[in-house]
Amino acid sequence: MAEYNTQILICGGTGCKSAESDEIGNVFKDLLNEYGLDDDVQVVVTGCFGFCEKGPIVKMMPDKTFYVHVTPADAEEIIKEHVVKGRQVDRLLYKDPKTKKSVSDSQHMDFYKKQIRIALRNCGFIDPENIDEYIARDGYMALGKCLGEMTPEQVIDEIKKSGLRGRGGGGFPTGLKWEITAKVKGDQKYVVCNADEGDPGAFMDRSILEGDPHSVIESMAINGYCTGATKGLVYIRAEYPLAVARLKTAIKQAREYGLLGTDILGSGFDFDIEIRYGAGAFVCGEETALIHSMEGLRGEPTFKPPFPSESGYLGKPTNVNNVETYANIPVIINKGAEWFASIGTEKSKGTKVFALAGKINNVGLIEVPMGTTLREVIYDIGGGIKGGKKFKAVQTGGPSGGMLTNDFLDTPIDYDNLISAGSMMGSGGMIVMDEDDCMVAIAKFYLEFTLEESCGKCSPCRIGNKRLFEILERITEGKGEEGDIHKLRILSEVIKDTSLCGLGQTSPNPVLSSLSHFMDEYEAHIKDGRCPAGQCKALLKYEVVEEKCTGCTLCFRNCPVGAITGERRSVHYIDQSLCIKCGVCFEKCKFDAIVMV
Amino acid sequence: MNKITSLADLKKIKDQVQSKIKLRENSDVADTLVQIRVGMATCGIASGAKETMNFLIEETEHLAIDAVVTQTGCMGYCYAEPTIEVTLPGKEPMVFGHVDKVKAREIIDRYIIKGELVDGIIPASYKTIDEK
Ligand SMILES: Cc1cc2nc3c(=O)[nH]c(=O)nc-3n(C[C@H](O)[C@H](O)[C@H](O)COP(=O)(O)O)c2cc1C
Ligand code: SF4
Repeated sequence: MAEYNTQILICGGTGCKSAESDEIGNVFKDLLNEYGLDDDVQVVVTGCFGFCEKGPIVKMMPDKTFYVHVTPADAEEIIKEHVVKGRQVDRLLYKDPKTKKSVSDSQHMDFYKKQIRIALRNCGFIDPENIDEYIARDGYMALGKCLGEMTPEQVIDEIKKSGLRGRGGGGFPTGLKWEITAKVKGDQKYVVCNADEGDPGAFMDRSILEGDPHSVIESMAINGYCTGATKGLVYIRAEYPLAVARLKTAIKQAREYGLLGTDILGSGFDFDIEIRYGAGAFVCGEETALIHSMEGLRGEPTFKPPFPSESGYLGKPTNVNNVETYANIPVIINKGAEWFASIGTEKSKGTKVFALAGKINNVGLIEVPMGTTLREVIYDIGGGIKGGKKFKAVQTGGPSGGMLTNDFLDTPIDYDNLISAGSMMGSGGMIVMDEDDCMVAIAKFYLEFTLEESCGKCSPCRIGNKRLFEILERITEGKGEEGDIHKLRILSEVIKDTSLCGLGQTSPNPVLSSLSHFMDEYEAHIKDGRCPAGQCKALLKYEVVEEKCTGCTLCFRNCPVGAITGERRSVHYIDQSLCIKCGVCFEKCKFDAIVMV
Repeated sequence: MNKITSLADLKKIKDQVQSKIKLRENSDVADTLVQIRVGMATCGIASGAKETMNFLIEETEHLAIDAVVTQTGCMGYCYAEPTIEVTLPGKEPMVFGHVDKVKAREIIDRYIIKGELVDGIIPASYKTIDEK
């Protein structure tokens, strides 16, 4: 059995120019062999360190020295100096940009850790079906502290001071909402948790409920204590069976411990929680529609005011918050508002969980402090764009949001900056797009989603979005007309101004934002009948470059519809009337003899 | 389960659970006890975390390795599911990605039994609330 005394960890994350990481690993292995050290030193390829900007990264164990920008040529020096003589290679250490000093061990370089897990603090740590594990990590301590040592006003004050804003999309100050619900008089009040999560591509709330359901239960109870509500309702889509099951188990366990029920922790405060199932309609995430759906009515929004805090479920004062909003509360109570407010930007405190998806290497669930830049999220945490392609845009805010382009890569992410950049925070979906994505088609994709999810109650949304969609469809089919862009703009503005609820008010955002950043793509479609990204099939044509075609018949044999003709060793032809534009010939041809025009 | 009727009671339970965990980590048993957590959120399960978990339970039992295998929520590395975290006695927890049965086999044979690292470690790239 080999007893390694040193381990060399090489980051092999796809972002870290993985080819080079492999090479570095091989060079290390060869050299160790040469030096006769291969029984003492082990080379290990790891996943992404989340610091790709400085990659490739090599970490030495057990002393945790962290080398950045390592090339294969550096391997020998690391072995000679670090491994043999025990001396760090100073020139490869990270230099603190402020002090210009070298930082050597990763324990003292937390700054490379771009994420802080507050809402996700227990996800991936505890067994979500074991309440004891939650309690061992300070679970229900915040509830105990509130009930035993603080008045409702003090708790609300603490939340207000923390600067926490709603994570469900709107960003409304949470403490203020609690205060309003607390002040409204009512014989019965309700606490609602919005776990509808309808934004396509988002799964933050599901992950929290699956990984740490007690944090939501605890916070809802705290909210009940503050607002005077004794009943909690979790509205969750039935499409989340695992989250539902874990939540049910958690509620049962909390009841058994008396952490839900009557006279909680001997304080005289009563509170219990029920689950309500949604059928998975995007509009039911809107709080008034959500409440109607819980009441057994159609899931249609109604005009605000009155806000749910004044008149909500069954006409009673109802505090609606999002899952992630709740998940932050116990930490604020336990660690204090000041601690929480020390993280983030001036007007957006704390962290935000994002579901990072699309053309990015490290697809995943991340939690970053407000104020982190898109560049850090995409290139460090996300490991960069898949296949080394060029970044084009990122969509935040889902179908209600907009596209952020290259120009915004260094914009600190917070509620206000995203709005000024023409997008919005939304609930935390972040979909990365690369050079192969057609922005007109993307706008059409989101619009198709909202179109389907519109409840149809008001005409601008129901009919307007349909017309918008038809124009976009026409453009992507190469039938765009002069004046279409103007129509898109005007119609978008009208829909935004006159729709009843947030769904309609935001549905044209992807259209408007793509128009403002990617007008050239719209014009290429309409004026030149061309899709620059090569995505819109109707505008595509595959052709054979006669000079390059060797007549190998590979395309002929692979075409699924027999659109290609030609004799062996002579130039082949594509019959455009039969071609379905699947691109198989383009991919298969070894001689670049097929081009997309 | 007994009801918890006061904050003091709750603190007592917390201490009890924590000392149980500490005991696991520090006592003599801890010299041999291996703790394994398997990320079992929807995404993990969809990529086969259940099979991985069953395999780990069966194999550690079969090899008479003193191990506790538990489920946990999403660790956030969707690109590397299924993910597991292995804590060897006296060592820092290590997260491994893409743990199918083959990888699990390798982790048991090389990391758990021999203490060698294996490719596919996912370095922790975030701060916890106690580090901030
Ligand atoms: C069309 C639409 C969909 C929404 N979907 C959600 C959702 O899935 N989850 C959510 O928490 N909030 C959603 N909201 C926002 C809610 O109306 C509400 O503002 C939020 O739940 C309040 O909680 P917060 O202050 O904690 O963010 C949606 C809003 C609109 C207009
Ligand atoms: S804006 Fe759309 S979703 Fe909202 S109420 Fe009107 S029709 Fe329904």
